[in-house]
Amino acid sequence: MSIRDRIAAADEAYGALRALGRDPSALEFGAVSSPTEALLEGRPVTLFGTNNYLGLTFDPACLEAAAAGARGFGAGTTGSRIANGSYAGHGALEREIAAFYGKAGAIVFSTGYVANLGMITALAGRGDRILIDADSHASIYDACRMAEAETLRFRHNDPANLARRLERLRETPGIKLVIVEGLYSMLGDRAPLAEFADVVREAGEDVHLMVDEAHSLGVLGETGRGLAEEAGVEADVDFVVGTFSKSVGTVGGFCVSDIEGFDRLRLLSRPYMFTASMTPGAVESARAAFAAMQARPELRARLWRNATRLHGGVRALGLGTGPEASPVVAVKLPDPETAVRVWNRLIDEGVYTNIALPPATPNGLSLLRVSVSAAHEDAQIDRALDTLAAIGAEFGLVAPDARPRPRRRAALRVVIGDRDPSEGATGRRAPPPTGRAAPKG
Amino acid sequence: MTAEEIEREVIALLAQHVRNGHVPGPETRVMADTGMDSVAVMDFVLDLEEALDIDIPLDRLAEARTVADVVREVAGLTAPGGDGKETTA
Repeated sequence: MSIRDRIAAADEAYGALRALGRDPSALEFGAVSSPTEALLEGRPVTLFGTNNYLGLTFDPACLEAAAAGARGFGAGTTGSRIANGSYAGHGALEREIAAFYGKAGAIVFSTGYVANLGMITALAGRGDRILIDADSHASIYDACRMAEAETLRFRHNDPANLARRLERLRETPGIKLVIVEGLYSMLGDRAPLAEFADVVREAGEDVHLMVDEAHSLGVLGETGRGLAEEAGVEADVDFVVGTFSKSVGTVGGFCVSDIEGFDRLRLLSRPYMFTASMTPGAVESARAAFAAMQARPELRARLWRNATRLHGGVRALGLGTGPEASPVVAVKLPDPETAVRVWNRLIDEGVYTNIALPPATPNGLSLLRVSVSAAHEDAQIDRALDTLAAIGAEFGLVAPDARPRPRRRAALRVVIGDRDPSEGATGRRAPPPTGRAAPKG
Repeated sequence: MTAEEIEREVIALLAQHVRNGHVPGPETRVMADTGMDSVAVMDFVLDLEEALDIDIPLDRLAEARTVADVVREVAGLTAPGGDGKETTA
């Protein structure tokens, strides 16, 4: 196959989507004015397709920290921490994250994807076994391939299936690393972590448990440490990995652990060694976000209030969605073509969501992935539900009278259009335009 | 478990997963003939592992195009002492 053939294959895969309207992989926001508002095709859209769970991307303290980091240490590090040295902020961030989790050590990585590559390849290699949930994120699959360990998939969220596999491996030598996620990004469902922890504990000392809390950091647990905290099994989790690109509102990744010698794993991790380290701006922004997460638990409370409002609203429309409220509300649609058309119509009407289609989705589902933030206001969520109801009715998916109030799109547009754009959706003033005009990564 | 028994199991399970009415046989091409996408194939493999009480490592079937190829790989995994660990590519 030539390069031309490869490109043609990609064109063919996406061509059908493009023919129905916008290319979901190539949207460009002309401006972003708050965690929930942006300009797309020159028109305002409300953002329901981010992972900005705590709404911290425009938090004044995070923005100021990012700017101060860049002014103090430069726009980039221009190299890796192994070859070119760490900056003071890298170590400070690691110490603060370790303290937040109550763990002995933390390592930060350049992105969440790199955190999974870096940790999984450092922990297991040829002759070892990695057991992953079938619905794992692509970064986990890619890491397993890179690790060259034998990779076994167990059924999604099925501790009994994992237990059977570990039983078959009982006499097999080598490291066994079990990996699950806290909150799954497509359907917003969480792992039965206490049961997984029981299975791993009973399987023996050579079996280790890693939890990817990418979507659950700042979202689950009494202090926002994620599903392990919520499930009361933090002591059973050997490695927590996560990202700064969701609740933390910047970019980067991390792992925390209590295992002895954890720090030296850096030297076994090519994705740690051979890529540029986090920029000073991202480091300082992450530090400010972890501080905000701890100082302002009301952000998490607001997120859950919003999640419940959105999830309840989608259910009330009679659309298929996940069984429990979650910051990720998956709206199940009958087929990919309908999903693409509904997604396009929502954007036409000023509501930006994500679309997820097979084979990127579990069980061949065609989904709108609607995600909510602590920064959303009730009126924004209600307007999105009104819009979804109206468009659902256009496609015969929602009863015409599913929403109690008549649709008042024009009136709502005026309300949103009249808002002071410098006022963040949480009601706090955003910093001056110089801060907000920073290019998006 | 004999190759014939494995083949029967593979074909019976595949028949539950095909999306286009194709009736699978030994020469069926697992993806090209069945209307299944890559994730559907992985789900089929999960069912096969359960039915045969074996583990089929990820990418072990990457080169397997037909039912006969799958049967050959699985037979290698289920043969006494033939868990395939030494021959993993």
